[in-house]
Amino acid sequence: MNIIVCLKQVPGTTEVKIDPNTNTLVRQGVKGIINPLDTYALEEGVRLKERFGGEVTVISMGPPQAAEMLREAISLGADKAVLLSDSAFAGADTLATALTLAAAIKKLGACDMVICGRQTIDGDTGQVGPELAEMLEVAFVAYVSKVEEVANGLMRVRRMIEEGHEVIEASLPALITVVKEINVPRLPSLRGIAKSKGAVIPVWTARDLGIDPNAVGLAGSATRVVKVFTPQRVSKGEVLSGDLAAQVDTVVSKLKSAGLI
Amino acid sequence: MEYFLTEQQKTIKSLARRVAEERILPVRAELDEKEEFPRAIIKDLAAADLFRVFIPAEYDGLGGGTLDLVLVVEELSRVCSGVAVSYAASGLGCFTLMDFGTEEQKKKYLPDIAAGKKLTAFALTESTAGSDASAIRTTAEKVSGGYVLNGTKQFITNGGEAELYTVIALTDKTKGARGASTFIVEKGTEGFTFGKKEKKMGIRSSATRELVFRNCFVPEANRIGKEGMGFIMTMKLLDRSRPGIGAQAVGLAQGALEAALEYAGTRVQFGHPLTALPVVQDMLAEMAIQVEAARLMVYAAARTADSGARSYTEESAMAKVFASDVAMKVTTDAVQICGGAGYMKDYPVEKMMRDAKITQIYEGSNQVLRNAVFFDLRKRKGQRA
Ligand SMILES: Cc1cc2nc3c(=O)[nH]c(=O)nc-3n(C[C@H](O)[C@H](O)[C@H](O)COP(=O)(O)OP(=O)(O)OC[C@H]3O[C@@H](n4cnc5c(N)ncnc54)[C@H](O)[C@@H]3O)c2cc1C
Repeated sequence: MNIIVCLKQVPGTTEVKIDPNTNTLVRQGVKGIINPLDTYALEEGVRLKERFGGEVTVISMGPPQAAEMLREAISLGADKAVLLSDSAFAGADTLATALTLAAAIKKLGACDMVICGRQTIDGDTGQVGPELAEMLEVAFVAYVSKVEEVANGLMRVRRMIEEGHEVIEASLPALITVVKEINVPRLPSLRGIAKSKGAVIPVWTARDLGIDPNAVGLAGSATRVVKVFTPQRVSKGEVLSGDLAAQVDTVVSKLKSAGLI
Repeated sequence: MEYFLTEQQKTIKSLARRVAEERILPVRAELDEKEEFPRAIIKDLAAADLFRVFIPAEYDGLGGGTLDLVLVVEELSRVCSGVAVSYAASGLGCFTLMDFGTEEQKKKYLPDIAAGKKLTAFALTESTAGSDASAIRTTAEKVSGGYVLNGTKQFITNGGEAELYTVIALTDKTKGARGASTFIVEKGTEGFTFGKKEKKMGIRSSATRELVFRNCFVPEANRIGKEGMGFIMTMKLLDRSRPGIGAQAVGLAQGALEAALEYAGTRVQFGHPLTALPVVQDMLAEMAIQVEAARLMVYAAARTADSGARSYTEESAMAKVFASDVAMKVTTDAVQICGGAGYMKDYPVEKMMRDAKITQIYEGSNQVLRNAVFFDLRKRKGQRA
C-alpha cells in the first residue's frame, strides 16, 4: 500500500506576526513545527504501512527550511520525502496549495491513499484536503477517526460527525483527512533519527511539476486576505427572569425596539 | 560542563528526556500511587529504540555500551526512578548473556531484547542470601539434557513482567560460591511461577517479586558459561551494572534539584522568594556541586567499563556509593527547601526522597561496597598511577 501524507510546517510559537502588506503570516525567524493535526496523519500513514505493507512518502509545500520538518517525519517512520519549494509558490491560498500538491502527487505516480490533517493551526480553513481530492478525482472522506479495513481496492473508515460517527466504504485510491482521535502519534526512534540524518530530500519547483507559475502561489490564488484582526469579544447575553409570559413579553418588546419585527 | 559525549550519545540523551517528559511525567504520580507497572511506557521506550542502545549492532542493537545505558537511565530517573529501574534491570538481566553467552544464545535472545519485545531480569537474592550472596540455596541438579531448578528467589526487579530471567543456582552444593552457575529461564517454563509481589517505600511502579522454581527443567543450552562460573560472572556483571544505579541516583538528584530551585524561586516568605535567602542559595549551590560530582564519577565509571578494562570493581563501587549518597542527601534537602509542601504528595520531591533510599541498598549495599573499595585500596597501597 503506497501512502502519501501531506504535511505543513507551521510556526511553533503562538506569538506569530502578520505582514501588514500581504496580510499573511511572517514565517521568517520563527521555529517551524509539523502542523499538530498533521502528526496524526503521518502516524496513521505509518501505522497503515505497518499493517498492510508498502511505503509512506511525505510531501510539503513550503520554504526551504520545511526540509527539516520532512526530515523529522522520516525519524517518525516515513520512508521518503519530497519538498515542493519555489518562490512562485509563496502566498498561496488553499486552492493554489491544493493545485501544487496535486501536481506533485500525480508526479509521484501510483498511490493508494493520501492522508491530510483535518486543518492547520495557522490557516485553519480545513479546505486543502477536500480541494486536493477533487483535483485528484479520488474518493474523499473527512474527519476520519479510524481506518477499519483496507482490502480488495476498498477502504472502510469511520468518520466523526456531530451526532456520533458514520462508517463509510469507498474505493481506492482515496483521500482522507484525520482527526486527533484517530491515534497517539509516536515519538521519534533512534534508528529513525539516524535514517533521517542521511536522507536525501529532493526539492521540486513549479517547473519540475510542469505547472504554470501563474497558477500557483499568490498569483494563482482565488482569494485574497483583506484583513487579519482579532475579533472583538462579544459581551455576555442577557439572561431573563420572571415567569414565562413575562419573559416572552420582554423578548418581543426588545425585538420590536431593535426594529427586527 | 563538557561531558565529551558523542553525537549519538547526545541524541540518545535528548530522546530519553523527551520520552520521560512527554510520556512518563503525566502519569508518574498515578503509577506511584497505584504501584502499577509502566507497561505502556516500556512500549514507548522500545519504540524509541532505547533498548537497543547497549546491545551490539550484530544483534539489532545500536552498538553502544554502559555509558549509553547510563544516559538513558539518568534521563528517565530525572522524571521517575521506578520506570528507570525497570528499564535498567533489563540491562542487568542481559549483560551476562552478552558478555559470556555463546553465539547461538545471543542470536536467540538479544534481538528480541534489543527490540524491547522481551524484558529481562536478574535473580540472585534469596531470603537467606542478600549481602552474602554465597549463601544461596536454589539448586540446579544435572539431569539428562539439562538441569532441574528448585528454590525461591526474592526481591527480583521485573519479576513477573520480564520474559527472560538470568538465574543463579547451585550446580554443586558442596563447593559454595564456586558451585554456582547461571541459567536463562523463560517465563512460562513448567515449574517456574511467581510468588509474593512486594509493596514498597519507593520506586513503586517497578515490580519486585519472588520467583519460585519447583522441579523446573531448564535445557543445557540455557546455561551461560561453564558450570561453577556463576559467581565470577555475577561479580563482573555487577561491576558493569552499578554505574546504572549511579545514573539512577544522579537522575533523581538532578530532578530534585530542579524542583527545589523552581519552588524556591516562586515561594515568597518575608516579602521575598526563598532564593533571596543566603541559606537557601547555599543549599542549592551545594546540591548542584554534589550532583555534578556524582554525574562525572558515574560517567567516568561507565567509560572505564566500556574501555575494556579487565577489572574496575573499585571505580564502579565508588561511583554507585557516592551517587546514591548524593541522591539521598539532595532529595532530603529538596524536601527541606520545599518545606511542608515538599512533604506532600502533590509535590514531586516527596516521591523522589522515597525513591532515593533504595539506591543505597541494592546491587550491593553501600556498606558492602565500601568494604570492596577498601579491599582494592589496600591492594594498590592507596596509590594511583
Ligand atoms: C526494591 C529492590 C529490588 C531488588 N532487585 C533485585 C534484583 O533484581 N535481583 C536480585 O538478585 N536482588 C535484588 N534485590 C536485592 C538486593 O540486592 C539486596 O536487598 C541487597 O543486596 C541487600 O541485601 P539484604 O536486603 O539481604 O540486606 P542484608 O544483607 O541483610 O544487609 C542488612 C544491613 O547489613 C549491612 N551489612 C550486611 N553485610 C555487611 C557486611 N559484610 N559489611 C557491612 N555491612 C553489612 C548492609 O549494608 C545492610 O545495611 C532488590 C532489593 C530491593 C529492595
